[in-house]
Amino acid sequence: MENSNNTYDRRSFLKISSLSGGGLMIGFSWLANLMPNEAMAAEVAAAPEGVLLTGFIKITPDNKITLFSPNPEFGTNVMTSLPMLIAEELEVDFNAVVVEQGDYDTPRFKNQFTGGSNAMNQAWIPLRTAGATARQMLLQAAANQWNVPVTELKASKGSISHASGKSASYGALASEAAKLTAPSNVPLKKMADFTLIGTPQKNKVGKDIVAGHSLFTMDYKHPGMLIAMVIHPPAFGLELKSFNATEALKMPGIKDVFSFEVYKDSYERAGFDTRAFNKLIAVVGNSTWEVMNARKKVVAEWSPIQTKKEMVAAWGRKKEETIPGGLESTDQHLKQMQEMQQKPARLLRKDGNPEEAFAKAKKVLERTYTAPFLAHNPMEPISCFAHITAEKAFFVAPIQIPEFMKQNLIANLDLKDGQIEMKLARMGGGFGRRAYGHYIVEAGHISKKMNAPVKLIYTREDDLTNGIYRPSYMITYRAAIDENNNVTAIAVKGGGIPEGAIHENRFPAGAFDNYIAEGWEIPSNITIGAFRAPGSNFNASAEQSFLDELAETIGKDPLDYRIELLKRAKANPVGKRNEYNADRYIGVLELVKEKSNWIAKNSKNSKRGVAAYFCHNSYAAHVVDVSIKDGQPVVENVVSALDCGFVVNPEGAKNMVEGAVVDGIGNALYGNLKFDKGATVQKNLNNYRIIRHREAPKKIEVHFVKSEVSPTGLGEPPFPPVFAALANALYKATGKRLYNQPFINEL
Amino acid sequence: MAKFQLKVNGKALNVDADPTTPVLWVLRDHLDLVGTKFGCGVGSCGACTIHLNGRALKSCQLPVSAVGTQEITTIEGLAAAGDHPVQKAWLELDVAQCGYCQTGQIMAAASLLKSKPKPTDEDIDNFMSGNICRCGTYTRIKAAIKKASETSN
Repeated sequence: MENSNNTYDRRSFLKISSLSGGGLMIGFSWLANLMPNEAMAAEVAAAPEGVLLTGFIKITPDNKITLFSPNPEFGTNVMTSLPMLIAEELEVDFNAVVVEQGDYDTPRFKNQFTGGSNAMNQAWIPLRTAGATARQMLLQAAANQWNVPVTELKASKGSISHASGKSASYGALASEAAKLTAPSNVPLKKMADFTLIGTPQKNKVGKDIVAGHSLFTMDYKHPGMLIAMVIHPPAFGLELKSFNATEALKMPGIKDVFSFEVYKDSYERAGFDTRAFNKLIAVVGNSTWEVMNARKKVVAEWSPIQTKKEMVAAWGRKKEETIPGGLESTDQHLKQMQEMQQKPARLLRKDGNPEEAFAKAKKVLERTYTAPFLAHNPMEPISCFAHITAEKAFFVAPIQIPEFMKQNLIANLDLKDGQIEMKLARMGGGFGRRAYGHYIVEAGHISKKMNAPVKLIYTREDDLTNGIYRPSYMITYRAAIDENNNVTAIAVKGGGIPEGAIHENRFPAGAFDNYIAEGWEIPSNITIGAFRAPGSNFNASAEQSFLDELAETIGKDPLDYRIELLKRAKANPVGKRNEYNADRYIGVLELVKEKSNWIAKNSKNSKRGVAAYFCHNSYAAHVVDVSIKDGQPVVENVVSALDCGFVVNPEGAKNMVEGAVVDGIGNALYGNLKFDKGATVQKNLNNYRIIRHREAPKKIEVHFVKSEVSPTGLGEPPFPPVFAALANALYKATGKRLYNQPFINEL
Repeated sequence: MAKFQLKVNGKALNVDADPTTPVLWVLRDHLDLVGTKFGCGVGSCGACTIHLNGRALKSCQLPVSAVGTQEITTIEGLAAAGDHPVQKAWLELDVAQCGYCQTGQIMAAASLLKSKPKPTDEDIDNFMSGNICRCGTYTRIKAAIKKASETSN
């Protein structure tokens, strides 16, 4: 069977389990939990037309089989790939089954976390176990009915048959099967026996998407539903002082205008409870346009915040966060970061004696890289439906990790455990933004105050100016080079606002005897959070651009130099905490070398660059070909090589990688959120630049390393190395090394 | 508020709305046609693309009072069974990721193919660049438009 092969899977598995300090438990007691719990039993009793086998499978007598997809969907295609795991072991025709998004019910589904590229990895064993267990119960039910040994029965395409000619559909057996005790330790199929997993399957929701059916929170309707919008301070560093709603209340269709606090003063925030502003004004009315117009009539006064400290209970520990007063700007941020680079910083890792190596160096290559804040800009602006009554709190919410909202909603909306019901709507993009569900709390407050069902809508401006951004970063790499052109030491130092990007235990750590990594942070009142491969997306860019320039400096081929270093790290790894598997890293580089025909180097009209990276348990390498036309970069071709273990759905996986390539090129070239006097300079998509059709690569080729390792994720890993592969290609095309994102400003 | 009679997807529909209301919100809030999406409200993303007299247009920039007797087509009316050649090509090439922008992309693509049944890569880039896909499905969209151009003629 497959082997898990590395320690990294395990490590991040445990990390996820202890996130938030809250009660998320993943995977440890799966078999014990596969029996329907009381709530499920009640559902079975109440629904004679169908039964639940495990929490994931519903079967009706007419053999309609519904698979519940546990994880929230924001475009990574989990609503197709996760049910594939169940269907494979259940032995059903995947085209014939119906897939439904599971509601928020983490006790039932165990893991409903879509983020950190973990959904597939976490579901791999549990969902197959659910399918296999249900199949075994159906087999047993047939064996009991026909009085034959269960070993003589065969399950295939939703029915069970016996050599005698007897056969019965799952639907005919399901109610008997549901009465049986779920067996434990049902063996799972070997990879070689898969007939569905590993085959390309199209999006199960595709038809609804292209038909424009109501799928998203923005589309949700409810009788008597009101529309709400919020007004937040116009800049970070300001808070609401007072407001006058006299004129707004006179506007047609307006029900109320009031202010409210999102979190209580006493509330101790957990890891995903970030919100930009705590005191907001709500404008509530009958329709979106009426509320939009009335909102403009509210006159508010704002006052500067004072520096304050907040306790945050995150990642299993408590820490005090400083939120400084003041109105920040991009120019000031750059100066602050440059100053930090000159000061002593926190030691993250040190191997050997880098100081001595630099003192003895014949030559030192030193390069500094920067990146601006980025806004996620998911296509669907932020929204949430809430209907709070005395009995229950009902939400339709676009949220990547619903379980993390529970204690927040209970504490800030004065709810009781068990009162929360949440439908997990399909999300119009996430990219990390919808891991931060402050808007669910906001919608809840507004529904409570109005005593009515309410849909909270942010405009694009609201989302862009009230965001949870990717931090701004600076990193300096240095290499000591001796008289024989050998690199004798690597030093990396850098940080960010308000969080740094360095992953000190990743490559090239482990490949050099002398290595030092140092980091710092600059407190800020600008709110930041996870953005597609947090930290990695910049770290990879700096590291892989530097390695390229270093290879050139010492006269080596950039792709071969990476492989040479990885071979060294494999044979004689320096240090014990290296977080990558050198073999798998080499594997993607070798594959991209072969598929891109790297030896051919530069084609006639385009120039090429390479980069590779490991993060979130998967390995990625890209070769990017560019040309310059009318002074603008044109990406002619991208060849990508990925190792994410066994590929469950090659169609969805390819799409994910293609999207990450486009997203990487877009953010590298154009992504730029600037600040002036505490406010974002870019306020809508007319000046916040997102890559468009004509700027997309003309061709993207995706290849996967053949692997029997348990699958790992793809949402993030292909993204970080795109930036440097592009920069390295642009260098070949223009002769200019690019150090500061967005690159378009440097071309 | 004012009363308007609109021709939407071949039907005459009555709406009572502020004359400045963009057609986007008339469709979504008043007529329950939510396939037309809100993305930016300033005509920069294309999520709200509809057809007005058969031509692609961003409905967030069109006040209801300016519609008159012109015919509005939304994604719901592009093909009754959701099987317009462009929709079929989208499914065949498994284009969507999050899916939010795709109805706007499909409406734009259908309009392009109407005016240019055999578009070149450059035609597609020029016509479609008003429609943002944040998930980055552009190469698949282009391939799907070409596929639809083969099957629809």
